[in-house]
Amino acid sequence: MEYTPHELLTVLTAREMAAARTVFAGVGIPLVAAIMAKRTHTPDLIIVVEGGSIDPQVVPGLLPISTNEMRIGHRAQMLAGITDVFLFAQRGFLDLGIIGGAQIDRFGNVNTTVLGPYEAPRLRLPGSGGANDIVSLCRRIILVTMHERRRFVPRVDFVTSPGYLDGGESRRQAGLIFGSLKRLITDLGIFGFDEPTRAMTLESRHPGATLEEIRDRTGFGVIVPDRVPLTDAPTSAELAVVRDIDPDRRYLRA
Amino acid sequence: MPSGNKQTTLSDAVHIVNDGDHIAIGGCMFTRTPLALLMEVLRQGRSNLALSKNLMCYEGEWFMAVGAVHTLVTSWLGIGLPWGISRILREKAESGQIRIEDWSHMGLGLRYRAGAMGVPFLPALTMLGSDLARVTDLKTMTCPFTGQTVALIPALFPDVALLHVHRADRFGNCQIDGYPFMDFDIARASTTVIVSAEEIIPEDEIRRHPERTAIPGFLVDAVVEIPYGAFPHECHGLYEADFSHYDAYVDAIKTRGTGAIREYLDRYVYGTKTHQEYLALFGEDVLTRQSEKARALTGD
Repeated sequence: MEYTPHELLTVLTAREMAAARTVFAGVGIPLVAAIMAKRTHTPDLIIVVEGGSIDPQVVPGLLPISTNEMRIGHRAQMLAGITDVFLFAQRGFLDLGIIGGAQIDRFGNVNTTVLGPYEAPRLRLPGSGGANDIVSLCRRIILVTMHERRRFVPRVDFVTSPGYLDGGESRRQAGLIFGSLKRLITDLGIFGFDEPTRAMTLESRHPGATLEEIRDRTGFGVIVPDRVPLTDAPTSAELAVVRDIDPDRRYLRA
Repeated sequence: MPSGNKQTTLSDAVHIVNDGDHIAIGGCMFTRTPLALLMEVLRQGRSNLALSKNLMCYEGEWFMAVGAVHTLVTSWLGIGLPWGISRILREKAESGQIRIEDWSHMGLGLRYRAGAMGVPFLPALTMLGSDLARVTDLKTMTCPFTGQTVALIPALFPDVALLHVHRADRFGNCQIDGYPFMDFDIARASTTVIVSAEEIIPEDEIRRHPERTAIPGFLVDAVVEIPYGAFPHECHGLYEADFSHYDAYVDAIKTRGTGAIREYLDRYVYGTKTHQEYLALFGEDVLTRQSEKARALTGD
């Protein structure tokens, strides 16, 4: 069964949502994955979007570009204020939060603000949006991104969205009482964060991805256990659902 | 507090914006952006401004392109994911010509909320441990009740709020359909509030459905009737965003550099005297098409 890297990321992200009650999802892969989870194994999943939409019924083929437009408010149960949507998360109502990122380091910190020094950046990026709030306030966090050496750096240039900060207990010591970073999903493998160091650890590699490739495309020493299982490939049934949600391959072409 | 009839013209409404003001912009990203009001601010040549908005779309690029803004207070700047990173943002930020205050989305929302409540700060559990906390005015403290570490988010009291709503009466009582975003907090936090409304309705219609009033008129200083006042951004139920217009805007910047933003403004903003003249550049067919798309999405 042929599939694109983005289709793979979407299917694997949807699997992580099994049994969740609520998910804070951004546009793109997280939203398509959430719709897929709701259509398949977790029909009662409530999708929460930062623009204010609670449990929208997005029209297949009319996927939104932003988190705050009519398309992602379609037939929602509620359109709440933005600050109040984040306050739902701060109060502990959001089981799962999903974000991507331009730069990720071994402790799962994410940078979407600047490459280079903040005061004189080499590349100015758009900034946090709701990403910092999602990883600070949702109970479990999933990171989703393409696996590229330039993205996977030993230390991010700027911590936009905190992972395990400096590792160990540093996240909790900073006052972040929520948000355990559960998984990082890439097009090469699924990673966890080792206890007690909280460093990135390979949990499974995808069909076709080799350990050498994973090491080559990671800019730091990722922990690789002795036995690394193979990720279950997307099934034809899973891919059919994904392609029905995004028939124009707007998000999932790559 | 202002009272009585607030209805006025676009030009007179924007006259109460001063050089050096901090302008808070309502809506979010490309939804319910007060574009007609912002364009009039540019036409009247206001300068030395600070702008705040939760997610900034290309209106932020305009003010950078003409050098009218020294500081952007926001959580995100761009146009939308398909259009890539803002070129002018890169030029201005990487050369130190613009100051950006990087808050998280909720962080900025709580700044407006604290302002709306009239308190100097609000405690929160976001932004902690991140570099956003390092580069902004956020402080942390140990909670005197629980011993927990909390972030203190300082209040923001903008000089002026520019908001676009669906309906208002001449006293400034506003109704909003769809997402409320942060508009109510922004209206309460700001010293002066200027509203553009798709439609001015009789006071009696407001009084018949007072539960629909999103912003009470006593917060509002000026209200102007401007149909399609957020176009080509979207207005819930009334018109969908015209993404083909964004494509053309961004293609011009990719081809000719950021000078294309000034060319765009010369045609659409400085080259038009009224919002009707501006809308005529899009044409009736485009307005009708985008309205039909919105009705299809929000109709029963």
